[in-house]
Amino acid sequence: MKKTLLLAALLGATAFSAQAGNLRIGLESDPDALDPDKSRTFVGRIVFTSLCDKLFDITPELEIVPQLATASTTSDDGKTMTLTLREGVTFHDGTPFDAEAVKANIERSKTFDESVRKSELTSIETIDVVDDLTVRFNLSAPDAPLIAQLADRSGMMMAPSALSPEFSNAPVCSGPFKYVERVAQDKIVLEKYEDYWNADAIDLDGVTYTIIPDSTVRLANLQSGDIDIVNQLAATDAEAVRNAKGISFANITGLGYQGLTFNLANGEMAQTPLGQDAKVRKAFDLALDRAAISQVVFDGLFQPASQPFSPSSPYYNPDFPPVERDIEAAKALLAEAGVAVPLKVKIQVPNTPVTMQLVQVIQSMVAEAGFEVEIIAKEFATLLNDADVGDFQISQQGWSGRIDPDGNIHQFVTTGAGFNDGQYSNAEIDSLLNEARTVSDPAKRVELYQKAAAIYSEDRPLLYLYHLAWLYGIDDKVQGLTLYPDGMLRLEGVSVAD
Amino acid sequence: MTNIPTTDTAVADTVLDRPSESRAWRKFRSHSIGKAGAFMVAFFVILAVLAPVLPLQDPVATDWGAVRKSPSFAHWLGTDEIGRDLLSRMIWGARASLLAGVVSVAIAVILGVPLGILAGYFGGWTDAVISRCTEALLAMPFLILAIALAAFLGPSLTNAMLAIGIAAMPVFIRITRGQVLTVAAEDYVESARAVGLSTPKILRRYVLPNVLPPILVQATLTVATAIIAEASLSFLGLGQQPPSPSWGSMLNTAKNFLSQAPWMALWPGIAIFIVVLGFNLLGDGLRDALDPRSD
Amino acid sequence: MLRFFLRRLLVAIPTIILISIFVFMLQKLLPGDPVLAMAGEDRDPETLARLRAKYRLNDPLFVQYWTWITGVLQGDFGNSIRTGEPIAKLIGQKLPVTLQLAAMSMFFATLIGIPMGIISAVKKGTKTDFAANVVALSGLSIPNFWLGIMMILLVSVHWQLLPASGYVPPTEDLGQSLRTMLMPAFVLGTGLAAALMRHTRSAMLEVLRQDYVRTARAKGLIERRVVLKHAFRNALTPIVTLLALLFGELVAGAVLTEQIFTIPGFGKLIVDAVFNRDYAVVQGVVLVTAFGFILMNLLADMAYMLLNPRLRKN
Repeated sequence: MKKTLLLAALLGATAFSAQAGNLRIGLESDPDALDPDKSRTFVGRIVFTSLCDKLFDITPELEIVPQLATASTTSDDGKTMTLTLREGVTFHDGTPFDAEAVKANIERSKTFDESVRKSELTSIETIDVVDDLTVRFNLSAPDAPLIAQLADRSGMMMAPSALSPEFSNAPVCSGPFKYVERVAQDKIVLEKYEDYWNADAIDLDGVTYTIIPDSTVRLANLQSGDIDIVNQLAATDAEAVRNAKGISFANITGLGYQGLTFNLANGEMAQTPLGQDAKVRKAFDLALDRAAISQVVFDGLFQPASQPFSPSSPYYNPDFPPVERDIEAAKALLAEAGVAVPLKVKIQVPNTPVTMQLVQVIQSMVAEAGFEVEIIAKEFATLLNDADVGDFQISQQGWSGRIDPDGNIHQFVTTGAGFNDGQYSNAEIDSLLNEARTVSDPAKRVELYQKAAAIYSEDRPLLYLYHLAWLYGIDDKVQGLTLYPDGMLRLEGVSVAD
Repeated sequence: MTNIPTTDTAVADTVLDRPSESRAWRKFRSHSIGKAGAFMVAFFVILAVLAPVLPLQDPVATDWGAVRKSPSFAHWLGTDEIGRDLLSRMIWGARASLLAGVVSVAIAVILGVPLGILAGYFGGWTDAVISRCTEALLAMPFLILAIALAAFLGPSLTNAMLAIGIAAMPVFIRITRGQVLTVAAEDYVESARAVGLSTPKILRRYVLPNVLPPILVQATLTVATAIIAEASLSFLGLGQQPPSPSWGSMLNTAKNFLSQAPWMALWPGIAIFIVVLGFNLLGDGLRDALDPRSD
Repeated sequence: MLRFFLRRLLVAIPTIILISIFVFMLQKLLPGDPVLAMAGEDRDPETLARLRAKYRLNDPLFVQYWTWITGVLQGDFGNSIRTGEPIAKLIGQKLPVTLQLAAMSMFFATLIGIPMGIISAVKKGTKTDFAANVVALSGLSIPNFWLGIMMILLVSVHWQLLPASGYVPPTEDLGQSLRTMLMPAFVLGTGLAAALMRHTRSAMLEVLRQDYVRTARAKGLIERRVVLKHAFRNALTPIVTLLALLFGELVAGAVLTEQIFTIPGFGKLIVDAVFNRDYAVVQGVVLVTAFGFILMNLLADMAYMLLNPRLRKN
C-alpha cells in the first residue's frame, strides 16, 4: 500500500517548473572546451553567445554592428584597423575590460599552443594600445574577412585575469550571463551577470543548456515542459510541433550547407571517371532531384542549393539557382564521357540517421542515371580522417557557415587549403579568392566571388545539396526571441512568462 | 592409475555416450517449452531462408509517394522513412539478425573451445596464460568490449559479428576448461593415457564428446545474447549498414520517427523479442534434456 | 579469510595489468584521428601538428603506455582530449549516477524476481510456475533498448507522466531524482528480475528437497513458515552471491539504457568517448570498470565463503 502511494506521489508530482525567468535550452550535443581559443563546435558557439561578448556582433540581416567595440576605422591602405572600445564594461570577475585586455586576448589567440584561431588572425602583426579605450591592429595586408572573424570566436574577450590553459574549467568573460557549472554530457548552467553593460536588455535570471542528443527525446522534453527551446529540431518533427498546443515551430535559413566532396587528386582513390571527368560529375549533379530530397528527408523545410552562399547573404549568386533534375541529359553526359554503366561509386557518410536517409535517397536517384552507389557509413572521426588522407571517392560533408563569404568558400577550393580534401586546384580560382580577401569594397568582392563561381560550378569539385535551416521548437512561454541566420540564440529581450 | 584393458574403455565409451543421446532426444521431445522455442526459431529461419523466393517487394526499393505510410493492404507492415516496404525489410532483416547470432557464436565456439581444451588438458603455463587472458576479457563488460571492438574494426555487419564473437569467446573457454578438468580426471581417460593413446586421440574420443553438450546449451543461449548484441550495435550505428536491413539498424532509424511512424519501431522490436525468446526456450529445453541428473 | 583475500588480490594483479595493456592497445588501434575529430570545422595543418605533439600522440607506444600507467597509479588519469576536463573528475561525476541507476534497478529486480522465484518453486509444475517461467524468459528476451524506446513513446510522449530523459542528483531534489530514474531503472531491471527469478527458483527447489525442510514440515509447521523461515533463508546464500555478480552486469547494461534516456552516467561517458575518439577517457573508464568487476567478483566469492561455513574449511 505504501509503495503504491509513493508511486502515485511520484507520478502525480507536477512537472517541476523551473524558477521564473530561467530559460532551458535543449542542445543536440555536448560542447567541447569552453575556451573560445580552443572551441571547435557549433553548440559551443551557442553557449558562448550568452557567456562571452565579442568585439562585434551581427544583425539578423548579417550586417556587422558594435558590441564591445563601438567603432572601427580602417586606414586607406587597409593595413591598420583602429577600434574604439565600450566604456564601463567589466568581466564576470569584476576586472575592467580595456585596450590591454583586447591586446592580451588577441595575442593569446595568436600564440597559445592549443589555439585554433591562429589562421583567422594571421594578418594581425602587432597590436598597439593607444589609450585605455583605443586599440590599433597593424596588419600585414588588407584583410576584408577580419572584422567578421572579430564578430565570432576570435573576437570573444576573456578576462586577462583568468587566462590560463585551464580557462575552460571556469570561463570568465563579459557576456550577459556568467558561468555557474558544467556537468559533462548533461548540462551547462549560466546565471545573469548583474553588472553586464547592457543588463537592461536581459530579462532572464539564468540559462541552462541541457544536452539531449536524441531528437525524439529532445522533443519529448519540450512537450513535457522540461525544456523551453529545442535546438536543431528534426525536420520531420516540425509538423508535430506545429500541431501541438503550447509549443510553436520556428525556422530560419542558415549560412551553411550540406554537400558532396569529390576526390579529384588526393591519392589513388581519385583515379575514377568521377574524379577525372567533370562531365561525369555533372551527370551525377543532374541526376539529383533536390526538391524531392528536401521533401522526403526534410519535409520541404531546407532550401535546395547549388552554391555555398545562403539566400540570406548579400553574396548569394542569382546566376546559380539549384540545378534541376534532367535524367536524360545525365545519361547523355555519361555516354559522352564514354563510361560503362552502371558506374560504381562509393560515398562516405557520417553514420547519423538523417545523413543516412539523405544518401539513401541520393543512391536511388542517381541509380536511374547509371550510377551504382555503395554507401560507406563511418563515424564522424573516421570520416574526417579518411577525407584528409584521400581514402574516399565522394565524401558527404557539410559546413555550418560563416558570416563572411570567404569563410564559406576559400578553404574548400583553393590549392592546398585545409578543407580541400579532394585536392582541387585551379590557379585562377586561387588568385580570385585570394584577391577577394584583400578588397574591402563589397561590390568589388561580389564580382570576384561571381567570377570564381563561374569556374568552380563548371569544374564541380563539390556539389551543394541544400542550405541548412535552423529549426526550433519553442515553448509559448518564451517571448521576444529573434532568430539569426548564424543559428546562434541571442538572449537580449528574451523572457519566460509564467 | 588403475590398469584397465583397452576393451573396457571402449565399453565405457559406448555405455556413456550412445544411449544418452537418444535419451536426451526423448527428453527434449516431451519438453513442451523447449519445443515451443524450436518452433519459434524454425519459423524465422524458414522465413529468412525463403526470403529470395517469397513474393516480396524489393527491400531497398524506395517510393517517394509512400513515405512513412501506416500498415495497409499494399504494405502490410507499412513503409519506412524513404518509402520502403517494411514487411520485406523485416524478412530480409531476419537473415542479417539470425546470421549475426549464429556466425558470432560460431566464432566464439571455434576460438573458445580449442583454447579451453588446451588450458584444461595441459594445465601449467598454458593454462595460466590462457586463464589470465580469459579473466582479463571477462572483466570487461561484454557490450562495452563489443562496442570498442566494433568501433575499432569499423562499422559493418561482418565486423559486428567478429566483435561479438570475440567478446563472447571467454565464456566458452571457461566452460570448456572446467569440463575438460572434470573429464580428464575420470578413470577411463587416465587409463587411456596409461595404455599410450595419443593426446589428439584422447581429446577427440573422450574429451570432446563430454565437452559438447554443455557447449551446445551455452551456444544456444549465447545466440540469443548475440542477436540482442547485434541489434544493440546496429542501434548505435556500428552494425549492418544501409541500405541493407537488419532489425537493429531498422530500430536505429525508427527511433527518429517514433511519434510520426511508431510502427517502424514496433515490428523489429517484436521480431527480436520472439527470436530471442525462441533461442532462450530452446536452450532451456536442451539443458534439461542433456542434464544427466534430471529425469 | 584475510589470507584468502590477499591471495585472490595477488592473482588479480596480472589480470589487471593485462587489461590495462589490452585497453591501451585497443585505443591506439582505433581508426580515426582524435585530433582531426577535435579540430572539426577549424582544421589547419599547423594546429593539428601542434595538438598531436601536445597530447604526445607522436611518442612511441611504450612511452605513451608508461606515461599513462604511471599517472594512473598516482590517481591521475589525464585529461579528456575533447573537453580538457580531468578524467578522474569525470569518473567521479558519472559513477554515482550509474550506481544510483543500478541500485534502483536492483531494487526493482529484487522486488519482482525473488517473490516470483519463491512462488514458482513452491508451486512447481503448476500453471503458476509455468506462467512465471514464461514471464521470466520474456524478461530475458526483450531487448531493453527497445523497451526503453517504447516506454518513452507511451509514458513520456503520449501520457506525459514521466520525463523522457535527464538526471537530477538525489541531493538536489530527491523526488525529481526518483521520478527521472523510474523508467530507466525499470527498463534496466527487467532482465535482472528475470535472471533473479530463475536463480531463486532453482535455489529454492534445491533447498526444498533437503531433509531439514521435510523435518520442519513433518513437525507440522505451517507451510508459509517452512518456506520463508527455513527454506528461503538457506536459499539466500546463492542469491546474495548472484546479486553481487549481477551488480557488475548492471553497470555494463547501463550503457544502452543511459544512451536512450540521456542519463549522464558511466555508460554514456564511455560510448561518447568511443565515438569522439577520446582515447584517454576510454582507457580510464574501461580500466576502472574492469577493476570494479574484479572487485565485485572477489566480494561475491568472499560472501559465498562467509555464508557457507562448509567451504570455509577448505
